[in-house]
Amino acid sequence: MIAELGQWSLALALAIALVSSILGFWHLTRQSLSTAYLSRALTGTALLNFFLIALSFGALIWSFIANDFSVRNVAENSNSLLPTAYRFAASWGSHEGSLLLWVLMLAGWTAAVALRSANLAHGFRARVMAVLLILQVAFIGLLLASSNPFLRLLPAALEGRDLNPLLQDPVMVIHPPMLYMGYVGFAVTFAFSIAALLEGRLDPTWARWSRPWANAAWAFLTVGILLGSWWAYTELGWGGWWFWDPVENASILPWLAGTALIHSLAVTDKRDALKSWTVLLSLIAFALSLLGTFLVRSGVLTSVHAFATDPTRGILILSLLCAVVGIAFVLYAWRTREVGMGGSFSLVSRESLLLLNNLLLAASLAAVLLGTLYPLVVEAFGGEKMSVGPPYFEAVFAPLLLPAAWFMAMSPWSTWKSTSSFSLIKPLLFPLIAAVVVTAGFILLRGKGSIMMALGIASATMLACATVMHVAQRVRQQGIALSRLYALGLSYWAMVLAHLGVAVFIAGVTLVKTYEVEKDLVLSPGQTENFDGAMLRFDGVRMRTGENYGAWQGMFELKHANGSTVQLTPEKRRYMSNGQVMSEAAIDVGFFGDTYLSMGEPLPVEGNKPQAWTARIYSKPFINWIWWGCCMMALGGVLSIFDRRYRNKAKLKDKSMSQEQVSQAAV
Amino acid sequence: MNRKLFLILPIVSLLFLAVLLAKGLQSDPRKLESKRVGKPAPEIVLTTLDGKQFNSQSMQGKVWLLNVFASWCSACVTEHPKLMQLAEQHRLPMVGLAYKDKTSDTVSWLKQHGGNPYDIIAVDLDGRVGIEYGVYGVPETFVIDSEGKVRMRHAGPVDDEFIAQHVEPLLAVSNVGNTK
Repeated sequence: MIAELGQWSLALALAIALVSSILGFWHLTRQSLSTAYLSRALTGTALLNFFLIALSFGALIWSFIANDFSVRNVAENSNSLLPTAYRFAASWGSHEGSLLLWVLMLAGWTAAVALRSANLAHGFRARVMAVLLILQVAFIGLLLASSNPFLRLLPAALEGRDLNPLLQDPVMVIHPPMLYMGYVGFAVTFAFSIAALLEGRLDPTWARWSRPWANAAWAFLTVGILLGSWWAYTELGWGGWWFWDPVENASILPWLAGTALIHSLAVTDKRDALKSWTVLLSLIAFALSLLGTFLVRSGVLTSVHAFATDPTRGILILSLLCAVVGIAFVLYAWRTREVGMGGSFSLVSRESLLLLNNLLLAASLAAVLLGTLYPLVVEAFGGEKMSVGPPYFEAVFAPLLLPAAWFMAMSPWSTWKSTSSFSLIKPLLFPLIAAVVVTAGFILLRGKGSIMMALGIASATMLACATVMHVAQRVRQQGIALSRLYALGLSYWAMVLAHLGVAVFIAGVTLVKTYEVEKDLVLSPGQTENFDGAMLRFDGVRMRTGENYGAWQGMFELKHANGSTVQLTPEKRRYMSNGQVMSEAAIDVGFFGDTYLSMGEPLPVEGNKPQAWTARIYSKPFINWIWWGCCMMALGGVLSIFDRRYRNKAKLKDKSMSQEQVSQAAV
Repeated sequence: MNRKLFLILPIVSLLFLAVLLAKGLQSDPRKLESKRVGKPAPEIVLTTLDGKQFNSQSMQGKVWLLNVFASWCSACVTEHPKLMQLAEQHRLPMVGLAYKDKTSDTVSWLKQHGGNPYDIIAVDLDGRVGIEYGVYGVPETFVIDSEGKVRMRHAGPVDDEFIAQHVEPLLAVSNVGNTK
């Protein structure tokens, strides 16, 4: 009964979205109803739909929590032994459930826009809502047509098949919602752009309205990708954190587009320039989110992540993608012609720097897209099945994005419209020296210098230094009082935080790539091994029973060079429901790096000797900096949303002299 | 002119992408094509589970199945009943390759899961034969024809579809010489 309730409310939401969006567009084109009325009606619909879809999602969660194995999706993805938190998460662990989560997120964003858009022009607001509702129609339709999570399984199964053990991880509980929040968040900027294109009014107001939404979506996406990477690191058992796997690429593509978008929006907002580029980026960001969903859900590319494969579904998602993006691109080609080029700027200016960074981001996006789809291209032209591996991506990605760090270092020192080259170069002198010193220091003290390593460390140091120096200069001008610092604008601090995050991230990646060490071990109980200056002692293996698995738990003691010891207990788990075996690594986390230990296989016993095991140990210097860097970027994104410039009430105050200077500084 | 091109470019790339993805959907990404398909099967000289010698030369002239399995492999449990079924029909010789598996474990595993479907079980303790065959994961199954060439390679548990599509046709053609 509960599952039927879920399905009905979903169907009702579909009908409401269909009728209201069509009526909305009908009246908007014919101008047969006042836009004030339409915008109110459509926002009301959006809220109602959010309620209905949340109800539906609640019904699915309830079915999982209550172990209702008469629902096919529950029977296929859960088990009565599964801990409650994972039963909760299992509701989006399947293809069907994750699509419902997608729809819920879309409804959530739509409702959020409905609530936070009272200050938009009525006509614009009504169009935005109508576009978002049309997207709801498309996705609920897809869900009900091909991936209904509420289908019954009669007679009911006695026991469920269980959630993929790889997904039974706390991080996996929040990774998909975060990622989807990001993906779907770009639907909002997409809708803003479509509405603006429909009205033929691409102006700074449109960009200003879009900015907080773009930043929010981008921040969520950043957190989502970060969690995914962290999950792969802790759960896949071989210490990697990024594999350039098609599914990972699918999430990095909209991220790159989104990064370009939030910066390009700044230019359009402040200077009324780059308009057609910005609007294209906002369409592309959402198109790539849809492509990501398609790649993951259709299984068109082989990947360790591709959980569901079904050609019919693939065709449906693909048609949906083509319809949505196709209409958007046609609209773009048709309407943008009427848009002027906007404000002009000289060759050396903040606009140029942002545009340069945009181009670098776009180029790296194209490179990743090419690498991801290349196997399909080769196959389409009759070649053999193949895949493009990390060497390609690493070879193209770093050289394209490291220069971006240098432009980022310059950007706070630049001014809009035109900057003298000298005023850009001068403040970079000290960071440049610092970069050389730090890089040389690392090579002297720890060795293993290489061109990429030197470039990485130098770029990170340079970016961090230049950013901190800019803050120092601002603080000197404004005084250290908290209210004065706040007056610099949250956007400014958001930029500082995010750019420092990029520096920390680059440093982490470079250091872990350069200095990581790994060693394969064969250990008998009582045996001690040297590793990277530390001593590892194996104390044997004991059996342990978890809630839904049994495990061999290796007991190790790691003694660091400085004398401190830690107990490490990696596990080899065997899940009861389906007998799958999983490795659970043990990680000694530290500020300057992790020690990562994972159990291998038991060796055949010879004679009376005790059981020996294989194990693998890694030293991962500074790997945490990768996650912390991403956290700082995401936090920057969140911070910028609360900048007072985006609140209409503060508009008048903005006009005062001192604020004008401040907003000049903030991107 | 340039500007127009810039405006139309997104649609053109979308169309290209759509065609590409639609084409990609038609093919099965799970199918592993082996370089060894169509080439002579690497020779196997191994001790069998009951201590005799097995040489794959002795299989010349027959269509046979090489199934890589292990007691530590969870998916092997899934395909075991299918193999038992196939064995009951006595259609073709089946050689099991106990991959990186101790003899005692293999024996008790077979006992526990309802019997031995194989005519011969070769013990590949150090996994050398597995490497020569390019074993990607366990279970994996190779169909080897009467000329000693690898005809088909299947990764993952054997299912009805695999038997119907890849085993039956070969048997239909060469059943005459395939006396067991």
